[in-house]
Amino acid sequence: MSVGLLCLILIALAATGYVMGRRRALSSAAGDIRILHSLPSFYGRITALMAGVPAFLLVAVWVVAQPIYIEHRAFALIDPADIPEGSSPQLVIADVHRLADGLDMLAAAGSDTAALVRDPVALKAALNGAGVALGNDPKPSTIVAAEATRAMATRARLVLTGLALVLAGVGMFVALRRIKPEYRARNATESFAMWLLVGSSLIAVLTTVGIVASLLSETVHFFELYPAWDFFFSTVWSPKFGGGSSLGIWPLVWGTLYVSAISLVVAVPIGLMSAIYLAEYASRRTRSWVKPAIEILAGIPTIVYGLFALITVGPLLRDWIAQPMGWGNSSSSVMTAGLVMGIMVIPFVSSLSDDIINAVPQSLRDGSLGLGATPSETVRQVVLPAALPGIVGAILLAASRAIGETMIVVMGAGAAAKLSLNPFEAMTTVTVKIVSQLTGDTEFNSPETLVAFALGLTLFTFTLCLNILALVIVRKYREQYE
Amino acid sequence: MSSLFTQDKKTTARNAAEKRFRAYGVVAITLALLALVWLLISIFGAGLPAFRQTFLTFPVTLDVAVLDKQGHALPAEMAKVTTIGYGKVLASSLAAEIAAQGIDTGGMTAKDLADMISEESAATLRNKVLGNPALLGQTISFTALANGRIDGFFKGRVTMESAKLDKNTSPEKLVLAGKLRDAGILSIRFNTGFLTMPDASDKRPEAAGLGVAIIGSLYMMFVVLVLALPIGVAASVYLEEFAPKNRWTDLIEVNIANLAAVPSIVYGILGLAIFINFAGLPQSAPIVGGLVLTLMTLPRIIIPTRAALKAVPPSIRDAALGIGASKLQTVTHHVLPLAMPGILTGTIIGLAQALGETAPLLLIGMVAFVRDFPGAPPSGLFDPASALPVQIYNWTQRSDPGFVERASGAIIVLLVFLIAMNTVAIILRRKYERRW
Repeated sequence: MSVGLLCLILIALAATGYVMGRRRALSSAAGDIRILHSLPSFYGRITALMAGVPAFLLVAVWVVAQPIYIEHRAFALIDPADIPEGSSPQLVIADVHRLADGLDMLAAAGSDTAALVRDPVALKAALNGAGVALGNDPKPSTIVAAEATRAMATRARLVLTGLALVLAGVGMFVALRRIKPEYRARNATESFAMWLLVGSSLIAVLTTVGIVASLLSETVHFFELYPAWDFFFSTVWSPKFGGGSSLGIWPLVWGTLYVSAISLVVAVPIGLMSAIYLAEYASRRTRSWVKPAIEILAGIPTIVYGLFALITVGPLLRDWIAQPMGWGNSSSSVMTAGLVMGIMVIPFVSSLSDDIINAVPQSLRDGSLGLGATPSETVRQVVLPAALPGIVGAILLAASRAIGETMIVVMGAGAAAKLSLNPFEAMTTVTVKIVSQLTGDTEFNSPETLVAFALGLTLFTFTLCLNILALVIVRKYREQYE
Repeated sequence: MSSLFTQDKKTTARNAAEKRFRAYGVVAITLALLALVWLLISIFGAGLPAFRQTFLTFPVTLDVAVLDKQGHALPAEMAKVTTIGYGKVLASSLAAEIAAQGIDTGGMTAKDLADMISEESAATLRNKVLGNPALLGQTISFTALANGRIDGFFKGRVTMESAKLDKNTSPEKLVLAGKLRDAGILSIRFNTGFLTMPDASDKRPEAAGLGVAIIGSLYMMFVVLVLALPIGVAASVYLEEFAPKNRWTDLIEVNIANLAAVPSIVYGILGLAIFINFAGLPQSAPIVGGLVLTLMTLPRIIIPTRAALKAVPPSIRDAALGIGASKLQTVTHHVLPLAMPGILTGTIIGLAQALGETAPLLLIGMVAFVRDFPGAPPSGLFDPASALPVQIYNWTQRSDPGFVERASGAIIVLLVFLIAMNTVAIILRRKYERRW
């Protein structure tokens, strides 16, 4: 029985449970619902939940676990000699899956699979006819594994169907047995719902745990293959797929900080002055359209900025500044990426600063203006000092955004790991290298791939510290005036 | 000598400083807005031509002797004729049409003429004939894509000078293309294929379309919506309405605030490590992309949802509790419906951000070249597909300049989706938001 059909049956069972529970509650109260603790529908709901939820949980866990288990068992059946030279076990396993699916298709089309399995040549021909392409010719052991996969899958389906139906039946039976007028069905359904709510909010925690765990475990794996000292203190980055590469993080960190610094040099004055103007000078009408217009910049996907850097800003800087001055002739450069990223970061600085400047109490301004200061003197000498911690927080958030940004630097900064001061040279960043080491064919046993996890962990730690620092500063500041 | 009517030096200086300060503000805002305008003009300028395409329309004689040597009209036998055979049929038909119209080709060979037609069109013709063998031997009117260089010539990307240096085309071909246009064989029309066709290989920018990418992105958005909305709302309801104020809930709250600021590429690493390596889900499948984007979008939905729940005044809750509703009934019957506009707005904006996200998708293998449309959901969610932003990135990495136009055009499509989603969010907010 397919999982979809099983789910439909379980839904039907739960619906039946609802009707039966409701009816049983009504009959137990002899039709007088005033005797019941809860409304009749709650008795129906708890029966439906007891029938459906455990069975559905079982199906969900089973669906995730079954392929992993079967693959493990099938892999044990494959003769190591049947893994072709230059191929990987993953590819062979993929072939086993395709073979098994193909055999299922052939069986469904009415072919005699038992005969085909004994004859690899005919099998391959039949599969080709059915539109299934195999990576390698089927070997005896892969065919055995595929057959075992099919048999195990069929058996597992049967067991799952049986178990799920029994579980649903037992749940329904227990729930129906409990129904009496004094049974607190509303509280029972609500505690069910409460578990659901708690579980949902735990997903956020699990995500963090997942991020940290996956980064840490692979990083540890990386440091087993590559000395940590060289990673943290070498100034050469030259990965060679084949061994003997040097993976020093410093050129990448330098590129990252250089690009981020340029972006902040662009974004902070523009963002801050815009925020001051909008908060202190602009009329309501100007504010109502300028603020959203600037915030559009934050809503534009980074790939758009990346393309902008690639086709417009990069060539422009190269043709008009870098080449005439003899500073370089690469269109992807630290300057390109920094400028474009600066544009992207403007709204992060301006929106948050705007909020913070607005949170400065009016009485401070009134006092300053009353003493005869001009509005700009008020801003510079009273409002800005009062808002400074918050503005620093905003800038830190913008910096963390710039450091973690990927697409703009992938498309605008280049790929050469260099330690150079010339902003018109192509350099690379941590995020660019994470992308380039992890895209394409990834084998998770070479330091050249695993280094991406160490880079990811560095990035994660760094941005996390910046964010926490910024949040603490902003929060402290908010409390000051509340 | 200062009075109210004549300003002394210091006052003049202070007033000038005031004016300068204001001017800095105006300049800053102007710069920010100019940057936005520059960005949009640059993208739209480069991308709008992608929506127009050069086509060649001419009668094609489907020669039985070439396309079906056995003459049985059996698809299995006809499939032996590859696209090269169909390319020849197209070229000879075009040559015949040119001769019939009396256009001077300037001594071009049949191969030169074949080069003017996109290789993709031969494949299209082949599929058409294999799908309907009755067409064999007939003369049909066929619309073929022109080669990318010819297309580029009419869009100003290819000039006579650049064609001299280009081994894929020549000035003679461009001259002939101009004549064909005058004769009505060649025309430039709206390019529906850009939105419906799959990606094409490196040499055929004229045939590359966004079909697979749009479907892949839709599938992912579906996964994100189905998972992130209920989970996000449930988590917000718990944190806002039920959670006791203790260290655990504090931890969860700080956690969510930080997750919203984690660089997106870290989510890509998470997806690669957990969903692909550990759980064994297939690479470049929309389901994996959807799961990764769900994790990324969750905090971005939870934060506005909590704000929306907080905005519902306590008096509503007190009234409901006062007439005997349980806490959960209070929330589901009263608080949630009142907070719904805010929740939906936040969700749509979160979805829009997820739609434009590229970096995590690169890591889970969505950059792969995918030509086949994924199947219908749910099983189609596990088929390889592309996604809009990744397709854009993919095109920028190709050498043919025709792909820059395609990438910019794809960005316009992406921006149209984003604008539509944000407009819906704004309308929802304007129409249903209540101030208490």
